Amino acid sequence: MTLGVLFFLSSGLFLGWSLGANDAANVFGTAVGSRMVRFGTAALICSVFVIVGAVLGGSGAAHTLGRLGSVNALAGAFTVALSAALSTFAMTRAGLPVSTSQAIVGAIIGWNLYAGMITDTGALTSIVLSWVLCPLLAGVAAVVIFLLLKATLGRAHIHLLRQDALVRAGLILVGAFGAYSLGANNIANVMGVFLPDNPFPDRELLGMSVTGVQQLFMLGGVAIAVGVMTYSGKVMRTVGGGIMRLSPEAALVVVMAQALVLFVFASEELEAWLLGHGLPSIPLVPVSSSQAVIGAIVGLGLLRGGRMIRLRPLGSIGLGWLATPAAAGVTAFVLLFVVDNVFDQTVARTVHFRVDEAVTARMEDEGVPASTLADLLGTETTNGLSLQKTLERDHALARHVARRVVGLAEVAPIHVDLVRINRDLDPDWLGVDQMRAVRSLAGLRFDHTWQLYDALAQASPLWRLREDIPLNRLWNKEVRQKREFLVRTFRDESQP
Amino acid sequence: MSLFRTSRIIERQIDEFLDAVNQGALLFRDAVDAYLAGRLDEFNDKRERLEELEGRADHLSREVESSLYTQSLIPEHRGDVLGLLEHTDDIIDRAKTCLQRFDVERPDIPPAWQDHYHRLAHTAYAAAEAVVMAARRFFRDPAGVTDYLFKVHHYEGECDKIGLELRRGIFADPELDLAHRQHLRYFAEAVDRVADMAEAVADRLAIYSIKRRL
Repeated sequence: MTLGVLFFLSSGLFLGWSLGANDAANVFGTAVGSRMVRFGTAALICSVFVIVGAVLGGSGAAHTLGRLGSVNALAGAFTVALSAALSTFAMTRAGLPVSTSQAIVGAIIGWNLYAGMITDTGALTSIVLSWVLCPLLAGVAAVVIFLLLKATLGRAHIHLLRQDALVRAGLILVGAFGAYSLGANNIANVMGVFLPDNPFPDRELLGMSVTGVQQLFMLGGVAIAVGVMTYSGKVMRTVGGGIMRLSPEAALVVVMAQALVLFVFASEELEAWLLGHGLPSIPLVPVSSSQAVIGAIVGLGLLRGGRMIRLRPLGSIGLGWLATPAAAGVTAFVLLFVVDNVFDQTVARTVHFRVDEAVTARMEDEGVPASTLADLLGTETTNGLSLQKTLERDHALARHVARRVVGLAEVAPIHVDLVRINRDLDPDWLGVDQMRAVRSLAGLRFDHTWQLYDALAQASPLWRLREDIPLNRLWNKEVRQKREFLVRTFRDESQP
Repeated sequence: MSLFRTSRIIERQIDEFLDAVNQGALLFRDAVDAYLAGRLDEFNDKRERLEELEGRADHLSREVESSLYTQSLIPEHRGDVLGLLEHTDDIIDRAKTCLQRFDVERPDIPPAWQDHYHRLAHTAYAAAEAVVMAARRFFRDPAGVTDYLFKVHHYEGECDKIGLELRRGIFADPELDLAHRQHLRYFAEAVDRVADMAEAVADRLAIYSIKRRL
């Protein structure tokens, strides 16, 4: 890894540092502020578990962020992370409960607009929905946990001193879980934008294979940990003694509720379990730990009759949902322009869109007559957004149909190279049938990713997506991940 | 885990402290009985044991206070617990002072009024015993504290009644001169003060227990 690459990662590391400095207070703030746990103990546990969470559980939420927009150039990722960090900093100065999750989403949309890429509205909807859902779920979780704790303590007749020791131990355990969840859920904010251009190769370490993603996330986790160690003490003491004046037991409930919610929004295992049982799953999205904490406190406040609830923090959350992504998006757009034009750095790799016969034929299969797109045949552009607008305006196509055409028209030269099949594919991961299907395509070239997907589906049913019902979502997710891996592996970089 | 070991040690110290106060109140009751019956050796023995217990209770209270501060334990309730220990310690302190006055001043209690002093000491003991039980409850079951507080208030009220009856009787007794009357009143008030201290602790416990409930 060169110094240049490290420089580009620095904005992500800065974002990680600020996340560690601010959000660790949501996990251990009340415990440290009320002097139930020493700062040194809290910082050490928080740092270790943030890194563990980032490395082991970080990929779920990162995947959703990747769907929103795939920032495909390192300088672009640098600028996006920097914009998020700067707007987070500015909003914090303005006294708003800022969320790095919301800032990074805004910044990615800013990149999409600048690069002429289409924002996946499905991913955006599930992300925005999760922002609203997050404090609500935290509130409900806090109420349930509080009632359970109250009933247990009411019956157990534990000595005040023993209860104090148990609460301390609980705050440490739950804090560790909270730190793990924070790492797993929020690492996507810090390092997610660097994923498409990840500079780390997979490698073997002490007999274990460590993926490039895990190395990237570990670096981000370390940045968060440095933030925790160097700056979070002050924030923790402010949070613990200031706005969240809670009893240690209530603090335990709040941290538990927050950790649970962050875990729910990050855990691929939980998602797999829910889907495996035919239950609706919760989108894996980076959410705001600050807003989860506020949601949990409001939940407890409502349980006590609602007298303690102040409306200002609630208003601030709502404002944060709009103001943070908007500020980050505008900052990203402006900074991308500066980095692109003043510093002459590639902030977005050019993506080509070509409406060829394969695209029109495929659209005909999907019910759009070839004549509709006839005058566009052979059209090439590097701006997907303008192509979509042309399709909507001049060809009277509905937005979702126009997006479908743009998606199909994206050019991704692929060469299924036998050498790469043998070298880069793991037969254990793909399985015999899927591997055989890939081998059957050896030597073929495709212009669009969907052509490869179609060919794979033809070669083996194990490469086919199933009907989109909860029971099949896990299967479809796995197939999609494998297909994306094949695209990355067989991408023919010699062609534009 | 040292956290749990420390809390076990402090729990034991608090229990020992409350035992000392309870036992001290019992010795106070028995010492007054012995004095009334004229068994002065037994009275002195019980008074000395009470003095030892009072010293022990002071020591335990200081130990608990020091541990709670140095280990930063129960930050939310530290002030309440220390206040509780301090005021509970006042009960045994008051009992000790009362017995020392009996020892020094040797009041001459006429047989006609001995039963009142006997009842007064027994009721004051009952109030102290109930408040010690309430204090124990505070640590384990704050909701159950009120059951005992009711008893404390009841016994303290009884003490007030007996004390009033005693003072009225003494001052109406034509066989007693004014100095004797005042001396006897002074001792009636000294015994009653033990129950007053128990009630003062009960009043604090009522608030502490509300604060302790989640």
